[in-house]
Amino acid sequence: MFSAPFEYAAPKSLEEALSLLAERGDEAKVLAGGQSLIPLMKLRFAAPALLVDINRIDGLDYVEETGDELRIGPLARNNALAESTVLRERYPVMAAAAPLISDPLVRNLGTLAGSLAHADPAGDWGSVMLALGARLVATGPSGERVIDIDEFLQGPFTTALEPTEILTEVRVPRPTGRAGGTYLKLERKVGDFATVGAAVTLELDDGRVQRGGVALTAVGPRNLRAKAAEESLASAEPTETTFEEAAGLAAEAAEPASDLRGSADYKRETVRVFVRRGLGAAHEMATAA
Amino acid sequence: MEITVIVNGDPRHADVEPRLLLAHFLREVVGLTGTHVGCDTTNCGVCTVLLDGVPIKSCTMFAVQADGREITTVEGLTQDGELHPIQVAFKEEHGLQCGFCTPAMMLVGKALLERNPDPPENEVRWAISGNICRCTGYTNIVKAIQRAGHRMSASGEASADVAAGPAREEQPAVTTPTS
Amino acid sequence: MATVETPIGGIGHRVKRKEDDRLIQGRGNYVDDITLTGMLHLALLRSPVAHARIRSIDAEAAAAAEGVVAVVTGKDLEAHGLAWMPTLSGDTQAVLATDKVRFQGQEVAAVIAETAHAAQDALELIEVDYEPLPPVVDPNRALQDGAPVIRDDKENQSDNRCYEWEAGDAEATTRALEKAEVVVELETFYPRCHPAPLETCGCVADVDPATGKATIYMTSQAPHAHRTLFAMVAGLPEQNIQIISPDIGGGFGNKVPIYPGYVVATAASLLIGRPVKWIETRSENLISTGFARDYHMKGELALNSDGKMLGLRVRMVSDNGAFFADAQPSKCKAGLFGIVTGSYDLPAAHVSAIGAYTNKAPGGVAYRCSFRVTEASYLIERLVQTAAYELGIDPAELRLKNFIRPEQFPYKSATGFEYDSGDYERAMRLALEKAGYEGLRREQEELRREGKLLGIGIASFTEVVGAGRGKDYDIAGIKMFDSAELRIHPTGKAILKLGVKSQGQGHETTFAQIVAEELGIPAEDVTVREGDTDNTPYGLGTYASRSTPTAGAATAVIARKVREKGKQIAAHLLEAAPDDLDWETDHFFVKGSPDRAVTIQDVAFAAYTNPPEGLEPGLEGVHYYDPPNMTFPFGTYVVAVEVDPEIGEWKVRSMVAVDDCGVRINPMIVEGQIHGGLAEGYGIAAMQLITFDEEGNCIGSNFMDYLIPTAWETPRFETFETVTPSPHHPIGAKGVGESATVGSPAAYVNAVIDALAHMGVRNVDMPITSAKVWEAMRTAGTPAQ
Repeated sequence: MFSAPFEYAAPKSLEEALSLLAERGDEAKVLAGGQSLIPLMKLRFAAPALLVDINRIDGLDYVEETGDELRIGPLARNNALAESTVLRERYPVMAAAAPLISDPLVRNLGTLAGSLAHADPAGDWGSVMLALGARLVATGPSGERVIDIDEFLQGPFTTALEPTEILTEVRVPRPTGRAGGTYLKLERKVGDFATVGAAVTLELDDGRVQRGGVALTAVGPRNLRAKAAEESLASAEPTETTFEEAAGLAAEAAEPASDLRGSADYKRETVRVFVRRGLGAAHEMATAA
Repeated sequence: MEITVIVNGDPRHADVEPRLLLAHFLREVVGLTGTHVGCDTTNCGVCTVLLDGVPIKSCTMFAVQADGREITTVEGLTQDGELHPIQVAFKEEHGLQCGFCTPAMMLVGKALLERNPDPPENEVRWAISGNICRCTGYTNIVKAIQRAGHRMSASGEASADVAAGPAREEQPAVTTPTS
Repeated sequence: MATVETPIGGIGHRVKRKEDDRLIQGRGNYVDDITLTGMLHLALLRSPVAHARIRSIDAEAAAAAEGVVAVVTGKDLEAHGLAWMPTLSGDTQAVLATDKVRFQGQEVAAVIAETAHAAQDALELIEVDYEPLPPVVDPNRALQDGAPVIRDDKENQSDNRCYEWEAGDAEATTRALEKAEVVVELETFYPRCHPAPLETCGCVADVDPATGKATIYMTSQAPHAHRTLFAMVAGLPEQNIQIISPDIGGGFGNKVPIYPGYVVATAASLLIGRPVKWIETRSENLISTGFARDYHMKGELALNSDGKMLGLRVRMVSDNGAFFADAQPSKCKAGLFGIVTGSYDLPAAHVSAIGAYTNKAPGGVAYRCSFRVTEASYLIERLVQTAAYELGIDPAELRLKNFIRPEQFPYKSATGFEYDSGDYERAMRLALEKAGYEGLRREQEELRREGKLLGIGIASFTEVVGAGRGKDYDIAGIKMFDSAELRIHPTGKAILKLGVKSQGQGHETTFAQIVAEELGIPAEDVTVREGDTDNTPYGLGTYASRSTPTAGAATAVIARKVREKGKQIAAHLLEAAPDDLDWETDHFFVKGSPDRAVTIQDVAFAAYTNPPEGLEPGLEGVHYYDPPNMTFPFGTYVVAVEVDPEIGEWKVRSMVAVDDCGVRINPMIVEGQIHGGLAEGYGIAAMQLITFDEEGNCIGSNFMDYLIPTAWETPRFETFETVTPSPHHPIGAKGVGESATVGSPAAYVNAVIDALAHMGVRNVDMPITSAKVWEAMRTAGTPAQ
């Protein structure tokens, strides 16, 4: 119920935060929304000696398009993302996922960046970013480095982030051509983790699929990119048959475990159904006048 | 650590351990016990308070994070001895039984109504989906929040029950429940 | 003299609740809101394993930790004879483990410290050396020969048999089953779940070292019974114990048992001489306190091929956990499970049950179950539905064919209950009409042709509540009467003190309405007091929907006695003979001369200022009511669900509930109780589960795993009523708090099964997750599309 004792710092600038981490990164944790970290601390599954609260740093909550990218700051809250017009208009897979993260109260504090840094395989944002081919900016003592999402998410609760680094920006490539996307999530109730989640994107060019993104939640040791499914979509005709085939490949790529939420077979079947439905919805969106 | 939290408009100063949860700060240091604690995994929502007007779970925030911020608890709803319309509505619509989830429900309802004074049923249910109630089955809580909305905007008209939240049978494509 | 003009708010009025005024301002007084000077905090160390011998406990480091005042183990309690305590089912339960731990989460040691933080920190410093023993998790395996004996602390216990019980006529039932044209069987499991009120259990125990007075603020649904039990267990003189149950944030039966935390806190306060607060965490609540259900049931229903029921045989195994601690009347080993014949005219029935000890938390009777009526109702309604499919008869028709008819009441059931009144057909027909049943059946057919799945589920429950007549019902020997003490003040206001204890049911309002009805004193002028054992008459508390049937009756009776005395005073004031007076609403008047009248307020004032000679001054009385029988609320629920044929996800499209609880004191409050029960039934049907792995690790010991539905999943309800008064209750009321939790799970489950019935699916056990629906469709073999 109560966290172990810790020291608390609330730096007013990114530099200050980074210098604290440079010194004590091994025993420190960054606090953004805290909606994943604080519950762990209360159960004493996490006991950092130092908590670096970055919520006092101004200017980190931006969601803005620059050129061919959408850039999201580390303090962009899930509720702001859920209400963002930019997301709804041009990044529909994100707009679909945001309202499904946890519950409305948790969304008021939780952040996209925080979720990615936490890397729960049952976390929704990881799959969304994989489907979009996002890149992440990690800032540390020696400056910035840009990491592809595929390399960033390494395993359950394991990322490429060094203990001295802060995830300072999420960059999503702006879709070209006519685009659509959605996120389907099977959960037993609002606030439960996904039984299965599927992030699906489609970019059409001249009537054919230029690029398809398919990534899965809670059916593997980390958010899973269904590569074979994506490959089957590239350059294909956007027909029901194509979508069914991609859905089948996505189901094969899944590595679900049997548990109280359902058997592995069930989860695999749900992946297949969700990817098929998701591609259909994405296609409709992309071809809407 | 020394902090000053503005609680219901009053600055409250205290020296606290960093690990003291905001919920316990409010209950034990400030002495306002209307904010309740019901679970240990951030699921039940009875600890909800408004942080700068936004509903959050006070059991999942350390008091030190609220230094310099404004917190509204249930005790802050009554102003100058006058009940807030949401409090009146909860009594009128029998929106509470044991009362344990009620402070949280009213604060979330208030925050919702300030953004949309006439929410249809789906939107209300979505807005309170982070708050558990064991007694009422939610039916009268929804009615209470809607009634309070009518009061606050003095529109007096019943709202049409147009689904604004994600339809239960389909995952939302691009709709956001709060829009 | 004119009648008073303020609205009186008697029976039948939707009077707004008085308790709301403080609760909506956050000024409730729950146990954790209480802080006393010098108060210490108690935290409990719990076993991480399900079954193990305790080799040693090293608490030295903990005792020396900052802020720690004392550490208590089972050995320490043993010295005071407190290591074990009696349960309400005639067993014993460990307060703090001494020889063994017998379930994961069992209490092993206690730290008392200056702050809650310090207490929890010190728990981590206690070292316990466990020698693991093989855990017993399946109750059927627990009952097999050779299973490890869990209760080796009990003399003469060489197995894991906890109790055996039966009711009805075995021979007559066997004959009925043998003769019948059809015997329909159903094996079903009502899984372990938990009431999980939002406020967890806790207490502040304050034993005054100077006076020896023990004041215990406690989350208690039965403060007087708890006081007596405390006196007997702890050896404290009963006149020195005051239990105060203040505002309670939900009970649902979870706050009826006495938990080790209460005992340790009281003992600690006694020994240390300072108040001690114990508030459990949610995880502690779910892993160790009174759970619900966990009944493995097999029913066999004998019928003719035209659907007439002939007999019912039920065999049941209950999983009671490590201690037999069911909070139920002492003669009832399986609560009131015998009501399993339900709403049907069954000439023969036999029910037999065996209880098993397992390495799990103790309990079982909780969660609005009316003492196991939930389990019984679930089984019969699921069995009837199954019979409908096997016979090819519409499930509504089959029920109507077999309902006990109004002229058969009072009805003696095959298991010995005497049902007081009922009109089951009327409730059913109303429910079918409001649900648009025939239209739904047509729609179901059309949708099936398109590969879409719509299911319609019915449950027609009858429950038995209001325990109860002293001859049959006692809790730890204390007969289950209840009480009301009414005093009218000189200015015509009143105070009513009760032996029951609300946890949100609105007694401060509804009981005042009874007084208002009988005496014409406006309900808002009647203060209702409960929960403080020093200031209320003895009662058995609130659970099993008993308050209105018992204390409500006591209130009506005492109000009428007060009115009788008032008549004497009125006669004196009016200079008439008492027999020449009539009463209407709130005043006495001379027959034939309505102008010659005095109000109840006039009478009250006179009771103190101008009583007639020879009559005792004052206007009050107390009544202890021994109910002549139980009451039998009933109803029919009709649910329509849609099932996604590809992934099995289901949602409720409509839920129509017709309830009959006799006379409704406050319809607004009754509806609220029904909404709450319908939501609980939904949660139980859809998602609530406490289960265990093979090692006895508990899954479902926090709200991430034990799922409570939010407003988003919870269906919308349409509620309706019929009113069939109880003939033996002074105001014809029956009680309603648990009806919907009793009746609705089967309705939801029947609906989901009904959506899949054409594929041959007959049973899916709760909680019915989408995965289970999918597996059922797959196993049935008939493709959904």
